[in-house]
Amino acid sequence: MRSAAEIIQEAERFAYEELRPYASSFEEQGAIPTEVLRKLAERGFLGATLPSAYGGLQLTPVEYGQLLEYMGKACNSIRELMTVHTSLVGEALLRFGTEAQKEQWLPKLAAGHVLASFALTEPNVGSDARAVETSYRQEDGGYILNGTKKWITFGGIADVYLVIASHHGTTTAFLVERSLKGVSVRPMGGLLAGKASHLAELQLENVRVSAGNVLGPVGGGFDYIGSTALDHGRYAIAWGSVAIAQEALETMISYARHRKQGGKSICEYDAIQAIIAEGISQIHAARSLCIQAGTMRTAHHAHALSETMIAKYFASKVAMKVATDAIQVLGANGLSNQFPAERLFREAKVMEIIEGTTQVLQPMIAMHGLRAYYKPAVSIPSESFA
Amino acid sequence: MDRYEIVKNFIQQNLIIFEEDVEIQADDNIFALGFVNSLFAMQLLQFIEREFAITVDNEDLEIANFSTLNKIISLIDKKTQSRVQP
Repeated sequence: MRSAAEIIQEAERFAYEELRPYASSFEEQGAIPTEVLRKLAERGFLGATLPSAYGGLQLTPVEYGQLLEYMGKACNSIRELMTVHTSLVGEALLRFGTEAQKEQWLPKLAAGHVLASFALTEPNVGSDARAVETSYRQEDGGYILNGTKKWITFGGIADVYLVIASHHGTTTAFLVERSLKGVSVRPMGGLLAGKASHLAELQLENVRVSAGNVLGPVGGGFDYIGSTALDHGRYAIAWGSVAIAQEALETMISYARHRKQGGKSICEYDAIQAIIAEGISQIHAARSLCIQAGTMRTAHHAHALSETMIAKYFASKVAMKVATDAIQVLGANGLSNQFPAERLFREAKVMEIIEGTTQVLQPMIAMHGLRAYYKPAVSIPSESFA
Repeated sequence: MDRYEIVKNFIQQNLIIFEEDVEIQADDNIFALGFVNSLFAMQLLQFIEREFAITVDNEDLEIANFSTLNKIISLIDKKTQSRVQP
């Protein structure tokens, strides 16, 4: 059995050799080749966090984060696949699945024999996830689902979807096989980023599922399943953001050392060094937040959820900043798709939107601080306001 | 500190209201009264599972079981009793 260090080392090598050289061509093709998915699966990476009893690699949150960083540095779309398949669906199934559901799905997920994706967002519903319009109703001991899901990452090639639907204001989660009658999938195009991430619209038209397809309690679709899945998703996005930032940093540094202007390498100019220093510091801080969040998740710390939000909020902003700076350092070459900075810039923007936009996370983080750091003894005396 | 106080403290620490003198009563519905936000159900679940070393099964995850201090304590009592049963 491989140790966690060996698995992470293998992931680094795999990402560097099998993904990184082809990330741009995956975008051009608008797909991850089946052969690449097969290689990813046979190394067990799609079951990175799942228990070994289900065929998973059983990595701790921090180990998983390190693996995600290597994957995300090389190819953000592969990191996105791991986020939806392993973090969102795999972890939700592990926590809330019945024994039968876990036996049915987790070994297949871990082996990559089936791909899973998370279907929450809709044409009219994004941040206000409780307001999903996809409906379900009970009928003959099962459920009938109707509605449209949009922006479903890897929805184009997934075999099973974790669908959040509502019934008179109550949300419930369902495992919906793509093969079911009434399920249709339409690939999405014209996207800024995620071009190889098989984004799709999912149409559910009178789709009948059995009671055994309900994940978690009826009525727990958002409170438990959605919240749990998104919490795991935010953790993965935080590491994915560090990955993009690190790749952008390495791109700008490599370029700055070779590019000569005014008779010397541009890395010798103070202005460029200021950008590099800022990038390095921000990335180290973001990675430290991710490790802190991962450590707290391992310990089931009461503030792990908030710490994960902070890591995602901060790291996604760092990714955007460093990717933007990378383009600045590369100058006109930064605008060309012949250099990776352009792709990293587009991918970084996504990180500030998915799994809770920056603006959605701000009040949640503030509320955490307003509770955690409130010290009644240091409140300001009322006469101070006079 | 007994179970009641442990859970009460956790809820008090997670209130989203800022009145100084709010004290949760045993039968206050913390969700209906707007004392906590939408993420709190999951946080509360994680907290009691860790704190009392229990696993709450799907059939007990109804939000009603978490709506008041008394109901939460009943659930914890039920789970810890079932744990020691042969």
